[in-house]
Amino acid sequence: MLRKRFDLPLAMDPTGRFVAWITAVMVYLATLALAGFMIVSGMAERWESGLAGGITVQVAPLVEPGVAPLAERVETALAILRGTPGVRGATPLSAEATSRLIEPWLGKEAAGDPLLPVPTVIDVETAGTVDVGALAARLKAAAPGIAVDDHATWLSDLRGFARAIQVAALGVMVLVGIAAVTSVVFAVRAGLAIHRHVVELLHLMGATDRYVSLQFESHVLGLCLRGGLGGLALAVATLVGVHRAAGGLSASLLPDVTLAPWQWLLLAVVPLAACGLAVLTARRTVLRTLESMP
Amino acid sequence: MGEIVIRFENVGLRYGTGPEVLRDITFTLPPGSFHFLTGASGAGKSSLLKLMYLAHRPSRGLITVFDRDISRVGREGLPELRRQIGVVFQDFQLLDHLSALDNVALPLRMAGASESDVVEHCTELLRWVGLGNHLDARPSTLSGGQQQRVAIARSVINRPRLLLADEPTGNVDDGIGMRLLYLFEELHKLGTTVVIATHNEALIHRFDHPRLHLENGRLHVLPRAAQRWA
Repeated sequence: MLRKRFDLPLAMDPTGRFVAWITAVMVYLATLALAGFMIVSGMAERWESGLAGGITVQVAPLVEPGVAPLAERVETALAILRGTPGVRGATPLSAEATSRLIEPWLGKEAAGDPLLPVPTVIDVETAGTVDVGALAARLKAAAPGIAVDDHATWLSDLRGFARAIQVAALGVMVLVGIAAVTSVVFAVRAGLAIHRHVVELLHLMGATDRYVSLQFESHVLGLCLRGGLGGLALAVATLVGVHRAAGGLSASLLPDVTLAPWQWLLLAVVPLAACGLAVLTARRTVLRTLESMP
Repeated sequence: MGEIVIRFENVGLRYGTGPEVLRDITFTLPPGSFHFLTGASGAGKSSLLKLMYLAHRPSRGLITVFDRDISRVGREGLPELRRQIGVVFQDFQLLDHLSALDNVALPLRMAGASESDVVEHCTELLRWVGLGNHLDARPSTLSGGQQQRVAIARSVINRPRLLLADEPTGNVDDGIGMRLLYLFEELHKLGTTVVIATHNEALIHRFDHPRLHLENGRLHVLPRAAQRWA
């Protein structure tokens, strides 16, 4: 489909450069939006699989008179948990694991301080429905300073946040698509107006509308490929930069921004999709415009 | 006798809401005929040619091209008819960004000819019109006469059944004009129907063909000089 020589002098049009630049910017934004969409989707999936089907019980280190020591209250809680229907297992986190959890907020030294009053966290794995309210009441009655969290609120917030990011990313991609289509329509119409006399001449020599539209399609395809690959390269460079910057942070507060190989391949499809959209837009615009010509 | 190449019956043409520039035009072009189209400037020669090469549709009347009523031919049917008509425009209408060879190749490429055929036939034809050393030249680097020959080569490259030329000798000197007319004569002998719009009386008298003469938007078919004098 790519032609080395155009019957229409489209390569000299200033609108051509405009299309290439617009495509580069659009593909850059769309690629980042798609990458963001996939990162957030993966993140939400990991959170979901990590938190759903589980309950966290915290036993606080109380130093009040008449209150049993922490280890004793942990054993009480474990006994109750293991006897609760729907609970498959209950495992207290080691001191090291707990330190790792609070390390991002307090730093390595403070998190490892043995004098720091840290609650004992019990990771409860469920195998069915657990009446969290009744369980919390039983634990509270058995020993003070015990809190139960089934992550429902946290999961709901996370889902809402992930959904908002996904909708925003899709919105960006749709807007980018609309902008790309508009720019191609503008460029093609301008090209048809500038070269109207050549188009008429080609018609008089027996050119079909499809022949003329192929000229525009080939031209637009070339421009979009150039712009699209440029935009993709910039987007990949940005993602790699963000990944490195995130990896360099000592505290892993940021989500994991790595992409799987198939996701990188999907990003590479963005400029191709942009080219396909541009070619179809060019064809439709040319054919519709030519309908009004003699 | 084969099909009528062109038939006009009571054809009128007006641009927009203006007056009719062509009125009650009636004539036929049999296959293999050669006509001069004459008339004063503004008489409507170019408009009549435009109707013949299907650039315009008439305001009224019947036009058939190769026995097809063009009022019944939709947009999709026009390219096929137009490919059988070669046109030499008054101002050549060469594409400046293309080489002489690529200009001549346009009708062949539109018809889907293979690239090897395109190069072979265009090279051969350009050599035949004396431009074998200018295959890659851009039109702007060629003289008026050379551009004229490129335009003619383009108009005949796919062996049209009808060749229309609008003042083909208007921009060249008499010597080149005469050579061009001989070229059209050769094509005519090969069976091409030819119509040449011109006001060059010297050429018209030199080549004894019937005339289609336009006057005040009306057409008069004049027989060849030999018949007039008989």
